[in-house]
Amino acid sequence: MTPSTTAKWDEFMEGIWKQNPIFVMVLGMCPALAVTVSAVNAISMGIATTFVLTCSCLLVSLMRKMVPKEVRIATYIVIIATFVTAVDYFIQAISLALYDALGAFIQLIVVNCIILGRAEAHASRNPPLVAVSNALGMGAGFTIGLFALGSVREILGNGTLFGFSLFGEHFQPWVIMVLPPGGFFVLGAWLLLFAWFERRKQAIKEAGQHA
Amino acid sequence: MHETAFQIFINTLLANNFVLAMFLGLCPFLGVSGKLNTAFPMGVATTFVMLVASLCAYGLNMLLSAFHLEFLRLIAYIVIIASTVQLVEMVMKKYSPALFRALGIYLPLITTNCAVLGVALFQTARDYDFVQSITFAIGGGLGFTLALVLMASVRERLQLSNVITLAEGTALSLMLAGILSLSFMGFAGLGG
Repeated sequence: MTPSTTAKWDEFMEGIWKQNPIFVMVLGMCPALAVTVSAVNAISMGIATTFVLTCSCLLVSLMRKMVPKEVRIATYIVIIATFVTAVDYFIQAISLALYDALGAFIQLIVVNCIILGRAEAHASRNPPLVAVSNALGMGAGFTIGLFALGSVREILGNGTLFGFSLFGEHFQPWVIMVLPPGGFFVLGAWLLLFAWFERRKQAIKEAGQHA
Repeated sequence: MHETAFQIFINTLLANNFVLAMFLGLCPFLGVSGKLNTAFPMGVATTFVMLVASLCAYGLNMLLSAFHLEFLRLIAYIVIIASTVQLVEMVMKKYSPALFRALGIYLPLITTNCAVLGVALFQTARDYDFVQSITFAIGGGLGFTLALVLMASVRERLQLSNVITLAEGTALSLMLAGILSLSFMGFAGLGG
């Protein structure tokens, strides 16, 4: 790989692991908790958000020298809202069931802090290709995070994954997991897991230094 | 199915609390709920923005429907909300600079508070009339304030207690929110 491709690959990986929007930055919580009652919903939401994020970042990055500083946030919001409207109509056209399941949360992508945050902190300062790789990485990281939440909640709360039964008919579903409190608990548990992982890595590193 | 204004109020305040049951406005809920004396003003400011946004959204929706421009709804709503927030920010800066500094970045972020846009979108989706829209906004705002204040009080007490260091921070807040949300489920069906 040439140095510039490696740099773009790094930008991409940034969002998936080091700055994962859900597990590290804890952004975009509202859709993350509201729609993740099943794995399918979670992935669709992730893809929709990734699309909006990438397109908006591309446009913001292309326009970064034209937009006056004072009205930049308003401009970004209007750009984002335009793409969200497009996604909204698109999902309505391909699957009404999905549209009903995601409900108002498709339109609420507009106010997802990740998108405005990326547009402001990254896309407005970088050339289009770099901005797009970063946005794609962030979107992928967000989708992975949503899937991690959605699959756990669907397995525990419904005994299924992608609609397929996992445990047979004698499984007693843990209903609370697909209800609102379950969202908070599952995300809390994931964050605990990550904190534990991080601490172990730190401990191993320190042990290596002393030895 | 015609809901009375009172039913809507009770529903949004308790049974369908915006934060704890519908997952709207979680960023400020987790971000500003550290101290009680910033949580309450934040709740009030958000309630005010919600009310204004709801009023504007109602008028705007009539206008857009009259011209068959429904596809512009989302863009129009978000612009209205952004301007309202700007207004609140200027007023607060003038009359209470200390509070303005305490709320910091979270004040302009009311724009991206999904609860505010949520109010506008839900009242449109449910075809609420004028009175219903206003009660919906007030109930939602007060419910948001209630959740914020409850959370802040719990977190203030937690600062004095011994917590496992691993769980400190967001993980613990989320678990707390889960327990609060669990108790709010007890209100289910209250609004009829």
